[in-house]
Amino acid sequence: MATRLKTWLRRCWQAVRQLSGDDAYERYLAHYTACHADTAPLSRKEFFRHEQQQKWGEIRRCC
Amino acid sequence: MNNRIFSASIWVAVALLGAAALGGIALNRGEPINALWFITAALCVHAVAYRFYAAWIAARVLVIDPTRATPAERLDNGRDFIPTNRWIVFGHHFAAIAGPGPLVGPTLAAQFGYLPGTLWILIGAVLGGCVQDMVTLFFSTRRNGRSLGQMARDELGAIGGIAALVATLLIMIILIAVLGLVVVNAMKNSPWATSTVAATIPIAMIVGLYMRNIRPGRVLEGSLLGVILLLLAVAAGGWLDHQPGLRELFNHPGLTLAWAVIAYGFAAAILPVWLLLAPRDYLSTFVKLGTVVLLALAIVWLQPSVKMHALTQFVDGTGPIFGGKLFPFVFITIACGAISGFHALIASGTTPKLLSNERDIRMIGYGGMALESFVAIMAMIAATVLDPGVFFAINSPAGVVGKEAAAAVAKISSWGFPVTVEQMSLLAQQMGEATLFARTGGAPSLAVGMASIFGSAFGQGMLALWYHFAIMFEAIFILTTLDAGTRVGRFMLQDMLGNLWPKLGETSWYPSVLLTSGMVVAAWGYFLYIGVIDPNGGVNILWPLFGISNQILAAIALCVATGILVKSDKLKHAWITGLPLAWLVTITSSAAWEKITSPDVRIGFLAAANDLAGKLASGALPPEKAASAPTLIFNQRLDAALTLFFVCLLWLIVLDMLRICARHLNGKPVPPLSEAPHLVTQLEEAWQRD
Repeated sequence: MATRLKTWLRRCWQAVRQLSGDDAYERYLAHYTACHADTAPLSRKEFFRHEQQQKWGEIRRCC
Repeated sequence: MNNRIFSASIWVAVALLGAAALGGIALNRGEPINALWFITAALCVHAVAYRFYAAWIAARVLVIDPTRATPAERLDNGRDFIPTNRWIVFGHHFAAIAGPGPLVGPTLAAQFGYLPGTLWILIGAVLGGCVQDMVTLFFSTRRNGRSLGQMARDELGAIGGIAALVATLLIMIILIAVLGLVVVNAMKNSPWATSTVAATIPIAMIVGLYMRNIRPGRVLEGSLLGVILLLLAVAAGGWLDHQPGLRELFNHPGLTLAWAVIAYGFAAAILPVWLLLAPRDYLSTFVKLGTVVLLALAIVWLQPSVKMHALTQFVDGTGPIFGGKLFPFVFITIACGAISGFHALIASGTTPKLLSNERDIRMIGYGGMALESFVAIMAMIAATVLDPGVFFAINSPAGVVGKEAAAAVAKISSWGFPVTVEQMSLLAQQMGEATLFARTGGAPSLAVGMASIFGSAFGQGMLALWYHFAIMFEAIFILTTLDAGTRVGRFMLQDMLGNLWPKLGETSWYPSVLLTSGMVVAAWGYFLYIGVIDPNGGVNILWPLFGISNQILAAIALCVATGILVKSDKLKHAWITGLPLAWLVTITSSAAWEKITSPDVRIGFLAAANDLAGKLASGALPPEKAASAPTLIFNQRLDAALTLFFVCLLWLIVLDMLRICARHLNGKPVPPLSEAPHLVTQLEEAWQRD
């Protein structure tokens, strides 16, 4: 019971992190190691800068 | 077999319950009605429509194929194209489509009574808005996540593409102006509201710096910090309101605040996104979701009574909040909660790049809009739980009911909505405001409604805090829309001007950034200025203009969808988008016709201009009014021209779409379908799920 609750809570936390983009860098790293392992990935700071610039460069907000 | 009977009987029960709730709302006359009926009706209508209509469209019309690889899978780059869990996509999509529109529109439309708005929110959403969002999402997913403008160009030709682009830019400008007006009216002569809204700017910057330099990318930590600071700012505003010296710093009339909003808009558009726009967007999303959930819980917990009549006498077009008859103006006023063209911009472009399976399209496209329509129903409840007299006292402009409190209450009471000066003073005092008369724009009355619901549910002692929290809540995401909209408008303008001089099209060339941002801000700033100086409160002018332009954008999206359906040889089913399209064309054309030709000065732009010009020529105006009259006359004529332009644009696209369809049906060549080729999905999840 306790472990099931724990898993459930962890899943909720992961969903919140994913929804808010909190884990974007970890997901980027995972994708990077899987697909482009030959070059070094961006640092957390650099990645976040690029991500923000690109994310708010299009229509993201409605009336 | 037993399972099927069980499930069928459940759905019959849901349908009956929904019909009973809707019938109860519709047939009730003269007695307060429990808000829970609205919630029940909305939930049942949405559930039945989602289970049957949306499923039928998905299976039979669009023929959704769960084995087909989506653009997120085929073009996965770990950034904008990422196969994502459907609940996460749903969250992103809903956060992007839900803005202040569904809150303000129903509040204004409540002048007709609760019934017309409620029916339009429900019917318009399940047959129009949800379908638009879902089919746009589907067609964009099949086209590698192309935007609406690109799809219009590919599928209908150059005319459709250009019209979609121009319409988007113009609606953005009108939208920002009207939202700016809502914020200005909420802050007018209210030091508490103004200081709280002003504090959101440095707070967003602190969060921006935190997420960029102190703890890069820690979105949740930064947002939590920001939300705490925002709540402190609401409380601090109350303290500041009682400091004689400080409060004057934030006590300003509408025009000064309008200039401040314009200056802010320009600064926000040229500052880097990480400093203001991005952190504010995080904060507004969290505050918005939190407040909507809180409001839903409070309504279910408290079950407030709706005191507004089902129908008021203002269906004849004499309403104080905006002029115009029930048809077509209720459909124009409630744009976003029922059908919003803006959603088509989100459903094409951003969301399709995250879908991991086509099967999720029904939930995200149709379900996302159903939830938005539910938010609109809650706004309708928050507006109609107020005493009708109080509702009209807050929302009627001084130009209609008179400047003096005694005159205003006498006028409003004479309409059959009793209200007293004492009642209004007590309410203003409870909300921590000097006065609540003529606080037009919808935000203050929504805030009073929300505060009274929250206050009854969570403690009466904090009414003033709840009121200013609600104002802050509306202001923060209106300002986000303002920043983001100005920026998007700038990109579009740069894109267009880049055709004339390529250097201007460079989004990072600073002179071009300054020039195009200035142009966009000047455009919406002008309309905001028009709204603020208008003696009848600019809502009467700007909101219908916004509604018409937003519905026209929806009509463009439905044109693209109908064209694609016919070209895919699905003429038999093209009515799913064709019917809502025909309805939108009817309401926008007739609303535009009324706004241009009506002899009533509160409806017709030209009538108002001519009336004022006549008074000016005969010398009937007092000197201070005569000075501003030429500007007002010009503005009214400009609004008429703009309305005419919108309608011409709409008919151009509709006729172009019909031409393409006719050519296709006659076997003549048309632009080919631009669907990406079929590839089988390799994602395991798609096979394991369900």
